[in-house]
Amino acid sequence: MGDPLGQEATHGICASMGGVRTTGDMVMRLQIAKKMRIDEAKKYVAEKLGLTIEEICDVVTMAEVREERGFGLANFEPYAESNIGMEAKFRIAEVLDIKINSVERFKERAGLK
Amino acid sequence: MGDHKKYFTRMGDGSIIYMTEEEIRADIKAGVEDAADRGKIAPLTEEEMNHIYDIITMPGGIVGVDPKDAIVTSNDSGSDKISTKCCIPVDRSINAMIHERVLGADSVDIGLEDYNYKTVKGVAKREAAVLKRALNYTTMPLFYGAMPNLGFYTKPDGPIDNWAVLLPEGKIKEAMAAQEEAVDHAVRDIVFVAEQMHDVGADGFQLDTSGAAGDADFLAALKACEIIREKFPDMGVEIGMAGEFVLGMHGRLKYNDVRLAGLYPHHQVKLVEQAGASIFGAVVNTNCNATFPWNIARVCTFIKACSEVATIPVHANVGMGVCAIPMCENSPADIVSRVDKCLIEICKIDGL
Repeated sequence: MGDPLGQEATHGICASMGGVRTTGDMVMRLQIAKKMRIDEAKKYVAEKLGLTIEEICDVVTMAEVREERGFGLANFEPYAESNIGMEAKFRIAEVLDIKINSVERFKERAGLK
Repeated sequence: MGDHKKYFTRMGDGSIIYMTEEEIRADIKAGVEDAADRGKIAPLTEEEMNHIYDIITMPGGIVGVDPKDAIVTSNDSGSDKISTKCCIPVDRSINAMIHERVLGADSVDIGLEDYNYKTVKGVAKREAAVLKRALNYTTMPLFYGAMPNLGFYTKPDGPIDNWAVLLPEGKIKEAMAAQEEAVDHAVRDIVFVAEQMHDVGADGFQLDTSGAAGDADFLAALKACEIIREKFPDMGVEIGMAGEFVLGMHGRLKYNDVRLAGLYPHHQVKLVEQAGASIFGAVVNTNCNATFPWNIARVCTFIKACSEVATIPVHANVGMGVCAIPMCENSPADIVSRVDKCLIEICKIDGL
């Protein structure tokens, strides 16, 4: 592949969850961490967030949820509640009840554990 | 059967062709039969073949799936595409942010432009620094990725006699021994790099294009994966394949008593599971001289068989020249989106 428009952008529009636009990043984490297949991973995320499958796949619903709960968005506004990156991952690890390697390493290096 | 209306589609090299309903259906059937015969797997049902036909002939440039059926994406050298392939000078950690917030990726990997673990070993700490920088500023999971690429261990670039030279000379035993020695070198290098990436917090580790140099190459990926999962259980491993079956460059290598040469995706995935990997990247080759209907039907037959027996997530590899994506650098969205829809709705894949 050498064509992000023909590849990543096309997959993103027609087939993928869209990462932080919905809960694609969280579902992906469950695949990596717990080897869950797609339906099981979506069900797990939906249950942990108290939402339906339709809601965790919807960009408008999830933009509100992610903003309210500090899970990180595709856009970043300059106010205190707006999370992105490491601070969002702290919250995602907690709500999904999983260990995120980069969060654990960050805690070690910051003297938080 | 059918009318004489001709539908727009493409060859495996991406060139435009027009086909009648009868021609499309005949090629779908032939593609299914080819995969079933080669893989000794069940053919697709009539209903599934009809569904492929419907997707191929759907009006519109781009087709899609129901949002509830959307899957997730992983990459190979994803964070390197914008800088190396598109020649836009951006740091790979920024590249990862672009994938997250502009392209809507569900994950991406940081990888060196010379995408193999032998090269990475020498600069592993520097590579880990790039990954750490990206991990601090992205929310989605990040992999570190490269290829086992056993060929890099042969002379004059590496320490081992080249089996591709030894084999034509009839030095079979020497060629086999050379490949076995290369496996040991590759496993050591891969595990060393994995240690550096785990240390900075990698979510996952990508062993991409495994089997590119044949069965020994695949064995190196399986062995390395086993060690990585044991040493770093909190870092997942994705093993992505190089081709639809494992080339028997050695021919006698086994993993857990299973001979590797000649394995198709539905058998490869079982060994990948045994090695402890989190995700399997399945590949079916695109035939440039065949039509898209033939290629996608063949792909769906193989990938459905793989997905049915898998207990771990299956990410179908949909880069240039694999899984019915045409062999051309600039991918046509009409075919890419139809491939995605077929793989999700017929093969029940977990990701791309």
